[in-house]
Amino acid sequence: MPLSDALIERLQQIVGKENVLAEAEDLIPYSFDGTAALRQRPDCVAFVRTPEEVADVLKLGNETGTPIVTRGAGTGLSGGSLPSKEAIVMCTVHMNQILELDRANLTLLAEPGATTQAVAKAAEEAGLFYPPDPGSMKISTIGGNVAENSGGLRGLKYGVTRNYVMGMEVVLPTGEITWLGNKCVKDVAGYSLKDLFVGSEGTLGVITKVLLRLIPRPRAKRTMVATFARMDQAAEAVSAIIADHIIPCTLEFLDRTTIHCVEDYAQIGLPLDCEALLLMETDGHPAVVEEEAEEMQRICRENHCKEVRVAQDAQEATRLASARRSAFSALARVCPTTILEDATVPRSELAEMVRFVERVAKRYELKIGTFGHMGDGNLHPTFLTNEKNADEMHRVEEAFKEIFEEAIRLGGSITGEHGVGLAKKPFLPRFVGDTSMHVMRQFRQTLDPNAILNPGKIFD
Amino acid sequence: MADSDSHLKSLDYSVLQQCMHCGMCLPTCPTYDATRLERNSPRGRIALMRAIADGELEATRTFAEEMYFCLGCLACMTACPADVNYAELFEHARAEAEKSGELKSVKRRLIRGVTLEWLFMDLRRLRGLGRLMRLYQQSGLQTLIRRSGVLRLLPKRMRELEAMTPTIEKAFSGRLISPLTPPRGQKRYRVAVLTGCAQDLVFSSVNRDTVTVLSRNGCEVVTPAQQGCCGSLHAHNGEWEYAQTLARRQIDQFPPGEYDAIISNAAGCGSHLKHFSKLLADDPDYCEASKEWDSKLKDVHEWLVEIGFESPKVNGSAMETQHVTYHEACHLCHGQQIFKAPRTVLKGIPNLELTELAESTWCCGSAGIYNLIQPEMATDLLHRKVGHIRKTGADVVATGNPGCLLQIINGLENEPRSYRVVHPVTLLAEAYRREKTDVVSEGAETLQPASVGHEVAQ
Repeated sequence: MPLSDALIERLQQIVGKENVLAEAEDLIPYSFDGTAALRQRPDCVAFVRTPEEVADVLKLGNETGTPIVTRGAGTGLSGGSLPSKEAIVMCTVHMNQILELDRANLTLLAEPGATTQAVAKAAEEAGLFYPPDPGSMKISTIGGNVAENSGGLRGLKYGVTRNYVMGMEVVLPTGEITWLGNKCVKDVAGYSLKDLFVGSEGTLGVITKVLLRLIPRPRAKRTMVATFARMDQAAEAVSAIIADHIIPCTLEFLDRTTIHCVEDYAQIGLPLDCEALLLMETDGHPAVVEEEAEEMQRICRENHCKEVRVAQDAQEATRLASARRSAFSALARVCPTTILEDATVPRSELAEMVRFVERVAKRYELKIGTFGHMGDGNLHPTFLTNEKNADEMHRVEEAFKEIFEEAIRLGGSITGEHGVGLAKKPFLPRFVGDTSMHVMRQFRQTLDPNAILNPGKIFD
Repeated sequence: MADSDSHLKSLDYSVLQQCMHCGMCLPTCPTYDATRLERNSPRGRIALMRAIADGELEATRTFAEEMYFCLGCLACMTACPADVNYAELFEHARAEAEKSGELKSVKRRLIRGVTLEWLFMDLRRLRGLGRLMRLYQQSGLQTLIRRSGVLRLLPKRMRELEAMTPTIEKAFSGRLISPLTPPRGQKRYRVAVLTGCAQDLVFSSVNRDTVTVLSRNGCEVVTPAQQGCCGSLHAHNGEWEYAQTLARRQIDQFPPGEYDAIISNAAGCGSHLKHFSKLLADDPDYCEASKEWDSKLKDVHEWLVEIGFESPKVNGSAMETQHVTYHEACHLCHGQQIFKAPRTVLKGIPNLELTELAESTWCCGSAGIYNLIQPEMATDLLHRKVGHIRKTGADVVATGNPGCLLQIINGLENEPRSYRVVHPVTLLAEAYRREKTDVVSEGAETLQPASVGHEVAQ
């Protein structure tokens, strides 16, 4: 049953008439996020500007039993911000101010709708560094990043969003506004509730302010690209680098299919007879960076790389990195539908996992290009398909199942950085087990007794 | 409306499907940046188009208005990882909007009838109008009327439009340029120059300068006095059939097989001219010729760099340093993906200092006739552009499109310091004219005094 006029009127009273959308032409563009093949039209969209407005909207949801889905820029890749049925989409893009940069404590306070890029830029202008760099950072919001615990290319050395969240203001599903965490590096008072909200995908509350930790900017960086005839060799090189006590800030790979697509698209001059391309970067103190770069080259050669190239200047570094940077673009233009997955395995199992994906692609007659973060075991098997082809989509689903099962079998995870949302929901119970599911359910029920926040996401 | 009449329903569905709504287009879209509404974003508009193709939405008035709120700047195409052909979708969507009749009004019908269907279908009419305007401007009548205060009787919008009326050139291209200009030195190429419509009326000197620089670099240049409109205005405004008619006429007048290149110096035209094969795909008589046409069509900067243009042989130190900044016309950078060539041309000019403009690829608000139909949004964009220009410290703004030239001239009019707004080829042509040997160069273009460009009054 669609939302009643009376409810929409009350919503207008809370946020202002001009901040509520309810016409088809306005709503259709909110029927999706960045996830392929998922669509659900919301009943209305409301733009909030203050924590108090958020609280009032949530109270209205509780009173009327109306589902509320929080949305930032809508770039998520698991359907976390996809509207639930007959839902109010509550959009935070107008709450986009950077409120404070504390140079003494190295923290930054931002509203949830500030873009990741704006946060990174504000940090940079102060000579500081906010490392998480999800692919959509030019437009993704920091609130969305915290809710999904986004990753990026620098996970191995710098961690993910969670490692930078020191505190937050949240509005609980029942409308209470509260602060979790603070600027203290050391704080062991009570449960670390903020950590429960990081990655909660909009199910436990609505984040209205984020307090982030910043670090000093690394002074130097070296970029290298190595190619290997076999994926095993690349994986062994990566293991050897880490065993040598070097933690590079970037260790990214492309598989054969991706290398071919990138070369078709960008004509960089990549060798087509190799199974793996490694993009490696080390950053930090200039002297250390030089030494580590030398070591990494030596290790690549010892592990039989075909070629290793070191960028001589920033321009060349950009050029070398462009192969990895254009990977997704190169794959996305091949077919009408591109489905980006993020199965993750322990680093030691990565070569095995890549080979498994190749076998699955062959068996189901699918085109899958794999690239991703070799340093942290986070793969992006990318399905190149067509959602209009029902038969092929069925095979895609079957292939997914096998890939996730294999990831679990190898001690990995069903999602490394995109979140569960709707896309991974069916796989979650088997991955975490009954007890964990029970605890999560209890917890969610306690905070959201009327089940109004993002219902149907992560688990029912 | 029958399905067969629907542009979006008969469109190859995979073009719509190619959009994976990842959101990468959002930060580059000027309308989304202004409103933060998904409807005003590329992926939002594509979602609406798709809803029509799927039969979930009719081509409503709101839809039609949305398609005209889009600038068509194509910045989204540069940002798109999946290579969605937004230019094609956008033209079909506007055609759909026109077919729906949702925007019909007597005034709109009249304006579109006079401009798209009459003035721009035969450029003799447009030039006739240009001559009348020139007479009005040069006779002193315009000054008289402006001073008399009688304009205050007009509604605000009319007054704004009156103030934006461009100054018509003293002579159109046909009088400035001979139909056949020989190359300076050895003939290396044979090219045609398209003189355009707005360009011809308001910037005919840019056409003359284009011929000068081409001839100087070994091109024999064909420039017929009577040329037609390329049809970009029609295609961008949903008049698909007129656009097709005009494309056929272009190919008839300039059979692509006879030239090494067909040169456009107006980015908005060039970005349309390069896609005749899409426009005429279903026309068996023109299908092949249009493919050859597309491959021969070159923007002037692109061609100059391709043939390795010569730097002007002048004593740089004797010239005063020109402080230049470069604004990228959307349909050059996004529409044709030409970023480097105009800068290479500018850097080839002795004693020219190029300062990069912040947000150089962000639309200035001109966008064809957008500044006429969406004045508010266009003015906001213009102010943003002017703010960036101020910060460069440059006093010359170079840009490769007549619409942008006009818009930026208007924008800088009330600035405390004076600026010169020019096409890059004009700066190059001026430098060539300083070469000693230039005095003896052949061709009608040297009969005319050197261009003074468009000075913006203080």
